[in-house]
Parts: sequence; C-alpha cells; structure tokens
Amino acid sequence: MNLTLRVWRQAGPDAPGRFETYRATDVSPDSSFLEMLDAVNEELIGDNEEPIEFMHDCREGICGTCGMMINGQAHGPRAETATCQLHMRSFSDGDEIVLEPWRAAGFPIVKDLVVDRAAFDRIIEAGGYITVDTGSAPDANLIPIEKDAADLAMDAAACIGCGACVAACPNGAAQLFTSAKMQQLNLLPQGQPERYQRAESMVEVMEEHFGSCTNMGECEAACPKGISIDFIAMMNKDYRKAKFKNRRTA
Amino acid sequence: MATSTSQPASTKRTPFLVELYRSALGKKYVMAITGIVGLGYVFAHMVGNLKLYQSPEDFNRYAEFLRELLYPIAPQSAVLNILRLVLILALVGHVVAAYQLTIMNRRARPESYRGKRDYVVADFAARTMRWTGVIVLLFLVYHLADLTWGWANPAAAGATPYEKVIASFSVPAVAAFYLVANLALGVHLYHGFWSLFQSMGWTNRRFNAWRRSLAIAFTVVVVGGNLSFPIAVQVGLIS
Ligand code: HEM
Ligand code: FES
Repeated sequence: MNLTLRVWRQAGPDAPGRFETYRATDVSPDSSFLEMLDAVNEELIGDNEEPIEFMHDCREGICGTCGMMINGQAHGPRAETATCQLHMRSFSDGDEIVLEPWRAAGFPIVKDLVVDRAAFDRIIEAGGYITVDTGSAPDANLIPIEKDAADLAMDAAACIGCGACVAACPNGAAQLFTSAKMQQLNLLPQGQPERYQRAESMVEVMEEHFGSCTNMGECEAACPKGISIDFIAMMNKDYRKAKFKNRRTA
Repeated sequence: MATSTSQPASTKRTPFLVELYRSALGKKYVMAITGIVGLGYVFAHMVGNLKLYQSPEDFNRYAEFLRELLYPIAPQSAVLNILRLVLILALVGHVVAAYQLTIMNRRARPESYRGKRDYVVADFAARTMRWTGVIVLLFLVYHLADLTWGWANPAAAGATPYEKVIASFSVPAVAAFYLVANLALGVHLYHGFWSLFQSMGWTNRRFNAWRRSLAIAFTVVVVGGNLSFPIAVQVGLIS
C-alpha cells in the first residue's frame, strides 16, 4: 500500500504548528499503525530530518500511552481499538491519513503528536486510591463481593487512561476517565470508606483541568476499552450524595 | 502509604446547594431539573391548547380557568402568577447555567482540531443544543408579546384568546416562525429528554435502553401537537 500522511508537526509547547505531508510507501496491510510510522521515521532519520514524535509503550493496548487523532477520530476508525492495535488493513491503498495530537486545554502539546497528560495524574491523586493496611498480603476472597458489582467494577477498571475520551469530547471533558477511575472503587466494598470524599475530590480536580459533559457520547464511542457512559451517571449521583452529606472534615 | 489530599482550612462549609452549584456537575443538575420543569410545562401547554379543536368557547374558558386555579381559596390569578414565577426562575437558571457551562467548555478546548472531525455518535441535536436553545428563547419572547401581552398581536384590542390565536396564525410569516421554532424545540427535546437521565445520575441498566424511545415519543407528541395549530389555521381547519 502507498499512503499520504498529513502530520501535525510542532517543535515545542509554544511553537507554532503546521501540517506536513509525508509519503508512506510499500506499507504491508499486516503492519500495525505504529510500525508504519516507525518506517516513515526511519526514512526521515535517513534523510537527516527530525522524526515524527509520537507516544507508545506496550504496543498491545494495555498501557494507554499511544493515542492520536487519526482522520478526525481518536485512535482512528476501528471501534474499541487503541492506535497501537490498529492495523493498516483498516486503510486502503492511496488513502490520505491526517494525524493530529489530542487537543484539550488539559493536555498541552509537548511536541508533534505528543501531549502531556499529567492532569489525569492529578485526578487520580485526588481520590483514585483506597486506604489499606500494608504488611502481609490479605487472603484472597476475604471480602464477599456481589458478582454484578465485581463485573461492573472490572468494566470500569478496563480504563487505560489514554485520554481518547477527552480528545473525542467536543467539550474537552474528562468525565469518562474520571468516572471509570472513581467507580472501579466506589462499586466495591474496599472503596466505601472514602467513597464520597473521593467523589468530591476527583470531580473538583477534574473540573480544574477539563470541560463539562453534555452527554454526547463521543467518549464512549472513542474509548479503546468500550467503557460505558453509565459510569458518568453513577459519578453524578455519587457527587450529588457527597454534597448532601456535606461533611468533609477539616 | 499515607496519602492525604489537601484539606480546606476551615470546618465551616457553605450551604450545600451553593457548593453544588459552584461545580459544573451542579450546574448540570440545574440544567436537568429546570429542563424537567420545562418539559412538564411544554407538555401541559400543548395539551391545554388542544381545546382549540373543541370550540372557541372551550378554549376561552380554559384561558379563564388558568386565572382561576384554586380560586376562591387563592386570589384571582395568584396560582397562575406563582406558576409563571417558577417558570421564569427555571428559564433563567437554565439559560445562565447553559451560558456558564458553554464558557467553561470553550476554555477546555481553546484550539479546535485543524483536520476534519469525524463524529461517531454525537448527533445533530446534541451538537446544536445551544443554538436550538437560543431559537426557543427568541421565540418565547415573541410568543409572549404576541399572545400574553398582546402588543405584537394583529387582532384588535379586547379580542378573546381564541381570536388572538387565529389572527396570529393566519399570517403566513407568523405561522412559519411558529413551525421553525417548534422544530428547534423538537431537536432540543430529542437530546434534552435523553440527556437529563445522565445528568440526574439516573442509571439503571434494565431501563437505560428506553431513554431514547421515551425522548422520541415525548418530542413527537409535544412538537406534533404544537405544529398542528398553525397548520390547522393555515389550511382553514379552524378559524
Ligand atoms: C421550553 C424550553 C426548554 C426546555 C423544555 C428545555 C429542556 C432541556 C433539557 C431537558 C435539557 C437536558 C438537560 C441535561 O442535559 O441534563 C436541556 C439542555 C440544554 N438546554 Fe434547554 N430547554 C429549554 C430552553 C432552553 C433555552 C431557552 C436555552 C438557551 C438559550 C437552552 C439551552 C440548553 C443547553 C445549552 C442545553 C445543554 C446543556 C448541557 O448539556 O450541558 N434551553 N434543555
Ligand atoms: S502503546 Fe500501550 S496502549 Fe497503545
């Protein structure tokens, strides 16, 4: 396959950016999207040009590091597929592919297709943890958990924190990420002691960095793990209850 | 590991409603609750106006009845004025929260994508809530001037409510404006009725699939009824 790439190039956070056009030739339909970019970068390096900066780590859809807008969709055209799991057979010979970084105030651009997702870490720090006794490992299955709750919490826990929800959201909102990271704990017995404090803190830190939800559902459609916007409704409910309780201690 | 989040310096907290409203999630609750008030209103409004099809006397008596709700327990027009106040407060709350959230969202996505966005599920209705809302707002002002205050109405002073409706809808431009505004309302309700369940935190996996159908049914009933009135006048069904 031969493809034309239009790639956002930006030298640094405050540098002006622009699209540059590159050709990817003799691409195997079986190669992954990132392998295709690797090959383009090999050529750029051979020509003494700056390679295209993009993020990746596990390349098997579990770390959440990769991610870019591919033809106007977060992680490209395939549902529930991270960029690293996307294969070139999803495209056709002669296609033009437009690559852009995630764009959101909460995700400042570092370089080219790389953004800084540290705002997600701030949200996790605000409440995405539980307090446990450390020491010897507790027995497995010590705490009985309803099967439905366990399944639902597992669905939320599938979030890899890639940021596609924010990138896809027309409002640059981080509701899907925050609600998944909150509900994976709030749904379980282990998450109960800090449940409402967690709901308040995570939402409020989220709102410092990101936009507000208008229930369009683009996040769910973009999520490589297919996380449901039902978790957003659960978060809204926990937040309301937390405010009712009104008992954050000083 | 001892992890602690930063805590506020004082134990005094502002009243929870104020605190809730400060957050964007709280503003969405305001959008949703005031939206529900609006839904109740547009439904009752449409049903009441169906009396146009009964007779002029029935319609006028209905208009009179609204002024005599709970009379003589309450003074003349008292209940109607309380309802009006609730509606005005709801509308103001809805629009102010919508405005504040829109500002917040613009700030969260200061630079739009340079390439073409390819939306997967965000439909026309969801993406145009602000604009359909503004159309409904402009329409509301005209609608009140036309039929409540009466100074924008073509009928002579002292006309009955029925005569005012007929006089207004007989003008093709006015009838057309009513159609456009109600289509905008329909688009707004199609997303709004669905969206409010999310904002209110009402999720139940057994019933979530019904939201869309409910929204469509509600929208079709309300907007269908509303659209029928100017059409009926224009084609001479009622006069
Ligand atoms: C009869 C009048 C109206 C009714 C029945 C109505 C109803 C609703 C409902 C039920 C929602 C969903 C709330 C939610 O997502 O939780 C909504 C959202 C919205 N409304 Fe209205 N509305 C009306 C008038 C207006 C007006 C006049 C404006 C603005 C000028 C407006 C702007 C909006 C916006 C921007 C949203 C989306 C908010 C968001 O999703 O964040 N609406 N409306
Ligand atoms: S590189 Fe790890 S999820 Fe794509």
